[in-house]
Parts: sequence; C-alpha cells; structure tokens
Amino acid sequence: MSAPTRQGGLTSTGTGGVGDSPQRPDANLKVRGEFAYSSDLWHEDMLWGATLRSPHPHARIRGLDTSAALAVPGVYAVLTHEDVPGENIYGLEHPDQPVLAADVVRYQGEPIAIVAADHPETARRAAARVRVDYEVLDPVTDAAAALRADAPVLHPHNPGGNLVRHARIRHGSGPLTADVVVTGEYTVGMQDQAFLGPESGMAVPAEDGGLDLYIATQWLHADRRQIARALGMDEEKVRLHLAGVGGAFGAREDLSMQVHACLLALRTGKPVKIVYGREESFFGHVHRHPAVLRYEHGATRDGDLVYVRASMILDGGAYASTTAAVTGNAATLGAGPYQAPTVEIDCYGVYTNNPPCGAMRGFGAVQACFAYESQMDKLAQALGMSPVDVRVRNAVEQGSVMPTGQVVDSAAPVGELLALVRDRPLPPERGATFDLRELPGGVSNTTHGEGVVRGVGYGVGIKNVAFSEGFDDYSTARVRLEVTGGEPVVSVHTAAAEVGQGLVTLKAQIARTELGVARVVILPSDTAVGSAGSSSASRQSYVTGGAVRAACERVRADVLALAGGAAAGLAGGKVVDGAGVVLADLVEVLGEAVVEHTVEWRHRPTEALDPVTGQGFAHVQYAFAAHRAVVDVDVELGLVRVVELACAQDVGRAMNPDAVVGQIQGGSAQGLGLAVMEEIQVVGGVVRNPSFTDYLIPTVLDMPPMPIDVLERADPHAPYGLRGVGEPPTLSSTPAIVAAIRAATGKALTRVPVRPEHIVGD
Amino acid sequence: MKAATPEAVPIAGGTDVMVELNFDKRRPPALLDLGRVAELSGWRTDDGHVRLGATVPYARIVGELGDLLPGLAMAARTVGSPQIRNRGGVGGNLGSASPAGDAHPPLLATGATVELASVRGVRTVPADEFFLGPKRSVLAADELVTAVTVPSAAGPQQFAKVGTRNAMVIAVCSFGLALDTGTRRVGTGIGSAGPTPLRAAAAEDFAAEVLPWDDPPALTDEVAREFGELVAAAATPIDDVRGSAAYRRRALSVLARRTLRWAWQDVRVR
Repeated sequence: MSAPTRQGGLTSTGTGGVGDSPQRPDANLKVRGEFAYSSDLWHEDMLWGATLRSPHPHARIRGLDTSAALAVPGVYAVLTHEDVPGENIYGLEHPDQPVLAADVVRYQGEPIAIVAADHPETARRAAARVRVDYEVLDPVTDAAAALRADAPVLHPHNPGGNLVRHARIRHGSGPLTADVVVTGEYTVGMQDQAFLGPESGMAVPAEDGGLDLYIATQWLHADRRQIARALGMDEEKVRLHLAGVGGAFGAREDLSMQVHACLLALRTGKPVKIVYGREESFFGHVHRHPAVLRYEHGATRDGDLVYVRASMILDGGAYASTTAAVTGNAATLGAGPYQAPTVEIDCYGVYTNNPPCGAMRGFGAVQACFAYESQMDKLAQALGMSPVDVRVRNAVEQGSVMPTGQVVDSAAPVGELLALVRDRPLPPERGATFDLRELPGGVSNTTHGEGVVRGVGYGVGIKNVAFSEGFDDYSTARVRLEVTGGEPVVSVHTAAAEVGQGLVTLKAQIARTELGVARVVILPSDTAVGSAGSSSASRQSYVTGGAVRAACERVRADVLALAGGAAAGLAGGKVVDGAGVVLADLVEVLGEAVVEHTVEWRHRPTEALDPVTGQGFAHVQYAFAAHRAVVDVDVELGLVRVVELACAQDVGRAMNPDAVVGQIQGGSAQGLGLAVMEEIQVVGGVVRNPSFTDYLIPTVLDMPPMPIDVLERADPHAPYGLRGVGEPPTLSSTPAIVAAIRAATGKALTRVPVRPEHIVGD
Repeated sequence: MKAATPEAVPIAGGTDVMVELNFDKRRPPALLDLGRVAELSGWRTDDGHVRLGATVPYARIVGELGDLLPGLAMAARTVGSPQIRNRGGVGGNLGSASPAGDAHPPLLATGATVELASVRGVRTVPADEFFLGPKRSVLAADELVTAVTVPSAAGPQQFAKVGTRNAMVIAVCSFGLALDTGTRRVGTGIGSAGPTPLRAAAAEDFAAEVLPWDDPPALTDEVAREFGELVAAAATPIDDVRGSAAYRRRALSVLARRTLRWAWQDVRVR
C-alpha cells in the first residue's frame, strides 16, 4: 500500500552552522498550523481504531464477550488478548505489561479490547459494547504499604514482590552525627507531561506480510523491538516512520497505541489510524513518579556538610516502565550538586495499582532536587546563613567525588551559576498602581495588593545526561554528499525523533559546519537506518549530534582524498587547503560521485552500580542549572504569582543559542507547573482530573520574565564540548519557587504542587 | 423546534456543550444551533434595565457593558480564554446551571431576571429562583433561555474569583457584589461554593443596615470582617478536585471583605 499523507523530509538551506541560530525548517509550517502531526495522518480506505479500557484499578477478568461489539454495522474487527499472535507482553526495561489484559487489570485505563471500524464514533460505540465480567479487587494504592510483607503481590513473577528496584548508595565512613542536623519529609505529586499532541499513529499493512507504522514516538527502534515481539514477526518486517510529534517530555517512551494499530491493520488488511482524545491520553501514557522522600543532613557549625542520609519511595504504579532507571537516578543524584563526605541513600521503586509512572523530563532527579534543596534551605536557616552561601560552600566542582565514587571530570560551575542568579538585580517592588495581570489571581480580581507579600528563593540541581549505568548508548547517522541540480547537497538520515526540541535544525547545522555545504536535506526519520536511541535524557544533541558529526568526518575524508594534493578542508562549497585557500570547487571534485557513510557512534562507556554500595562510574556527563525565583503571594488566599524566574545554566557549548534559551524557558515553565499547579489527583487508584479543565498547566499569564545566563564551559569528552540542556532547568525551578513562597509565608510547604490550602492552612 | 424535539440541546458558543460531547458525557439526538438567531444576539436598555440576549458573547459584554453592568462585565472578563469569550455567552452559562458559572454571582447580586421562552409563551424567573441544584434549573425541556434582564448599575459593583491559575480557570469559588446607593441595598452572589449559586441574604441585610450611606466615611474593619463571615456562613461548599470546603469558606470571607472595601471606596469617591 502507499504511504499516508504526512510530513515529508525537510530541506534546510542557507546559512547557519554550529553556534548559530538558524530558523527551524518546520517553523513556518508549525506557526501557520500547516505542520502535519501524527493525528493528521490520512489514507484512502483507512479504518479507525478505538480501545476499551478498564474502569477499575484492580480487577480479575472472569469473562470477555465481544459479540455485541462485532454486531455493530461498520465494525471490521474486535480483538482481545487471544488475538495477540506473539508474546502478549512489553516494557522498556522489564517486559511486564500486556498488550491487552488477559486475566487481570492492574490500573484504571488498562486496555482490554480494541476495535476497528469505518468511523471513529462507530469504533468507540462498539468498544463500549464489549462485555467484561470483572471481579473487582482491592487496589494497592500506597507505595509504602505495597512494600510490606502482607501486601497483595501484583506481579507474581517479580522476584522482589512489589519492589521493582532498591538502589542503595553507601559512600564514606564518617560519623552520622554532626553539630547541626536538619530532617524533613517531602512529597511530590504525580505530574503529567501534558503534551498537546495526543497519542496517535497509523499502521499500514504491506504486501510482504509486514507493515509500516507511522507514529509519534521518542524512539523508533525501541518501539519496533517491542511491537515485533508482540506480533511474533521479524523486526525487518515492522517498518516504523516518525510522524509529526506534538511534544513528548518522556510520555512517548513507552508504547501506547502502537501494537493495537498494528494488530487491527494486520487483521483487517486495511490502514488503521488511532488517535486518543485528551481524556484517553491521560490514561495512555506514563506519568512522573509521585515520591515520598525522607532526608537528614548533618553539617558543622561553619556550614560544611558532614553527611546526607535519605530514604525515598517512588510509586511506579502498575507496570515497571522505566522505574528501575528512575530509581537509580534519584539515588545517585540524591545528595544533589553537593560534596558530602558520607552519604547513605536508599531509593525504592514500587509497584502499586496507581497509574503507571515512567519517564518524564528530569527522570527521578526532579523529585530528589525538591527534597535536597528544601533541606539546604532548612540547613541555612538552622545555621543562620544565607541560602546561597550554604549552597556555594558545599557545591561540587570539577574534581569532586560524587556519592557513587565517580569523579566529576569536566566543568561543574555550580557556585558560579548560583552567584549569577543571586547577583542579578531584583525586579522592582510593586508600585502604588496595579495591573491585575501582575498580581496573584491575575485578571480574576482577587486582590488589589491586599495580603500580597514578596519572597525570594533559590534552587540548583544536578542531572545526568544520556543513558547511564552501563547501558550501551549509541546513535546511528547516514550522511551522503552528492551534486544535485548543479550544487552540492548533503542528506542526513537518522532514526532520531524530532519532538519539538530542534534536532532537525541541529543536524543541518552540524552538516553545514563539517562539510561546508549550504544545502542540507534532513530525511524523514525511520527504521531504514540504525537506531538513534531515545529523544530523552537530554541526549540527542550529544549522541545523534556526535553520530552526524562522525559520519560527516568520514565523508569529508573521502572528499579530500578525491581532491588530493593539499586539500585539507571544506568551506563555502569549496575544497580548501590548511590555510583556507580555495583549491577547487566541490561540484567539480565530486562530479558524479556519491560519497556516503553510515556511522554508529557511542559516548564513552559507563558502568553498572555495585548493588551493595552503589559505587561506580554510572553517568557519562553531569549538567547543572540554578534558579532564583521572585514571587508575590496573596497570603490570605494562598494564590501565587511568580514575578521573575531567573536561570543560569552551563551548556558546555551553545550549539543553537536560541534553541538553548527555548529549552531553558520550557523546562523552567514545567518546573513552575509542578511547584504550584500540575498534579494528577489519584484517589483509590482512580484519576479524578483527566482533563485540561482540572489538570492545570501554566498559561502565558502565569509565566514571568525569565532572564537567562548561559555559560559555555566545554566538556572535552563531548562533541563540540556540548552539555545536555533539556532537563536541568526543570529540576531547580520547582524548589526555587517553593523556597520563595516559604520566604513570603513562613510556611513549611513540604509538598508539591503547593496548593492554596497549604498556604492559608494552619 | 424545541417543543417538537425537547431532547435537542441548544448550542450557541458551545463552551459547555462541546466539552460534554467531546468527553462523551451526553449524546443528544440533535443540536439546536442558536448562532444565527438575531433576537438572541443583541442587547438594549429599557427603563433602567439592560435586556441582554442569551448569545451575546462575553467579549461584547466586556467591551460594551462595562458601565451599565460592571459586575457582569468583570465576571465576563474572567471566563476562559479570548477564544471562549468570543463565542460563549450568558445563556449557555444559565442553561448549564453549573454552580461554578462565572455569570451567576453578578446576576444574583443585581437581582436579574431570566427570560425563558417556549411555544407556551414567555416567562421570567428571578435569578435566585432559577437554580435548583448542581446543573439543574427551572428551565423546562421545551424552553430556551432567551435573555436576562439586569438592572443598570445604581452603584459600585465588584466580582472576584479564586482559581489555582492566573487565567483560564474554573472558579474554586467566586463572589459578586452590587451596591445600590439609591435604594441603599446590597446584593451578593456566591459561586462554586454550594449545589447552586447562592445569595448571602444575612450578609446583604447586615451590610444594608450598617453601612454609613450618608456622607460615607471609610469602611471599618469590623464591618468588613463581619460581612465576610456572613458571606462565608451562607456558603455550603464541598471538598472536590478543585479545592477543599474549608478553603472555599475561608477564601469567600476574604473575597467578600475585599470587594466590599473596593466598592465602598468607589461610593466615597463618588
């Protein structure tokens, strides 16, 4: 069958190498509303899929009857677990999740049956007619209780019972006593990635018995591996093509409708499209792990950390997803960007019957950062020091030893980042006249200045970049140089997912810098080339950027060999010598030749952690950002307006300075959301607010000016010296805002998001 | 048409109706498009009142009625986003009869009446008799909300709404206030803190009685606080996903206190 109507390749012309900020090749399409997202896919003769989901967080399925659904006119197929030809199980790290539930459902919204029909409404109506006989079971909804010996075991084959992973860090042997000791228990609510483009894609059956899946995802090859296993099909027959992605933030790392669409397409022999609605989307992807974190910090009277102890429980929900890696992150980064001689951390990732949790921007480091930064403020208060001074005094720097024993072997300007945000001029105090839009409550007219108190707070965080703990983390790039239409053209082909972050722009910038060619074609991402790894963990500029550069270097070497003589480089469409003197036109040198290289590129290897001590070279790179938040709080109503959110971040090398600032603004906004509004409220395993009416994300009136300082301290291990950018600003934004609210209110505020009740409560 | 197919759901801006359809909360057999009914889409003054058609969008209320109906205009400003304010109007707010409807508190506070029409004729219902329960009203199956009739402002009016976001948010609780300096009456309306929008009758009587209408001095703390407490006492809120009952009561007392101060300040300036 033919390919559906969708977004094709993107051509990037003109100028803009590494360090420039050329316009995105898809910018105009997106601004004009003409970009084809995965929900816009269209094919002649296509069917629509719909999913029947469990209303119960925990139930046994005693029987399934699809006959009434099949009887609906316009329905082509109704499938259940019995129709999964391969293994009815998938999962990113631990395959533990059924494609369609067989005998038990473990969370509200778990898929049970799927329907294909000639109209989406028909498919939904038919799905509602599938009869399921449930024996409702008590859900396990408290993560701490799930670890007790008497808790029902949700996954009988898991050797740890309801424990997915216990990450244990034991570092140093100093005393666990100190002059000044502060303790605290902190809670992080369940945040959602809240991408705007819902889960969607289209499966098209092919003549070879395989199929093509057009899909919005973060990692085509990881999807393919899991899909092929469920279909019982060779991976070569499952071809994935990236469709337009409307945001990701971790929520597209796990499968959603991928296998379902493939099953329906194979059964009906027709293209099948599935698009989730907004409410279904809240059940269609994993969320950020809610966490309870207990901390104890000991310090000398002068403010030097003596020890850090922490115990954290992360609620992974019904299926493991990436819980094990998230647990590892929270533990290894759990002491924050601080040097402490002795560290004891225990982090537990747990199964419950709550919604499954997995990857979200910050990935375990967000939860820990809220807790350790709250503790640093508490410590500063106990010591009578300023919050910045106590942080700077204990900040890691290049050469510091992390609690894993790993030496920080590139720039770590934590103290400098804090000083940058501290030394910025404060925004002006409120004047006598007011603009409602600048007051807590905004245009809702709740205050004209009454009860409004200003506060200032700080936060700094540490995030690992790329995949850790010994994961074989690589990307693949195919780069081709040839003369087309009388000019040299570079084609770049990877399987990396453009999720809005701007990798399409960056790949062209790298090609232009390395090959001195203006015209670069970014081919659509698909599985016809090797894996790029995931667009997550702030890793694609590093890893796919590294792969594109390495492939370009090989192409360049071949071209220089073709040119011969003193040829030493490519610039401006010419072959030049070592001094930059033009030797020949690239068009002439290439002639009819097509120079192409495919490179699989790896960052330096990491190691698994010692399971007992948590020691090991676990992370390839660390990244740091600091925030200063200035807030106005209406202390009588508990409403907050963030007045300014300043950020300083070290990015190693600003590959695309505009994109870097965009990432910092977006990450800061997501952190603000967690600080004051974003939470999936779950009671008894049931989601109470699966809509954008009641799951609130910041609007333009909630976001303040964000002055940004970008440091460029090159990491010699990384391509161009770059440091991953996307996640660090999400970490420190939240604790900085909460610290500012504490400063304004004097309240302890140990839970995020902070709700008005917490501010005005007794 | 409404009489012939009483199960048809009238739709104007679609603010609530489309959400219910999209979330599959209801499947009406028909929609009745009111978009091009000219009689519903305008307003006029009539003997000290404004007759406001059911489909006049909030954006026009904000732009055109700020002087005549300041309380309603302030409430309209807090509705949704610019796109929603361009489409949605008071008729739909009343038709849904949500306790959180932003238009309701100012309609209660000003003593507005709701005009309902059917093939049986036209009737008017005082706003405080319109609501029966959560999303229930006296609107009969064969009736349409055609207009509201609101007394033109005879004194300062205020509206304030608490939400956990600084824009585009459904009320956690809200409060409307209207002072009539001629008749020396005080009107109130409470939103999102009970099964229906509510009036705080005891607070109205208290304020009308104790406010120093002649040669008004500044409002005393005692009067403002007592008024706030009486408003909070009139509410019957619940705990829900948007906030707790205790918080709603507390916030209402603050909103009532503050809005009375702002309104009274206007009385003094005049």
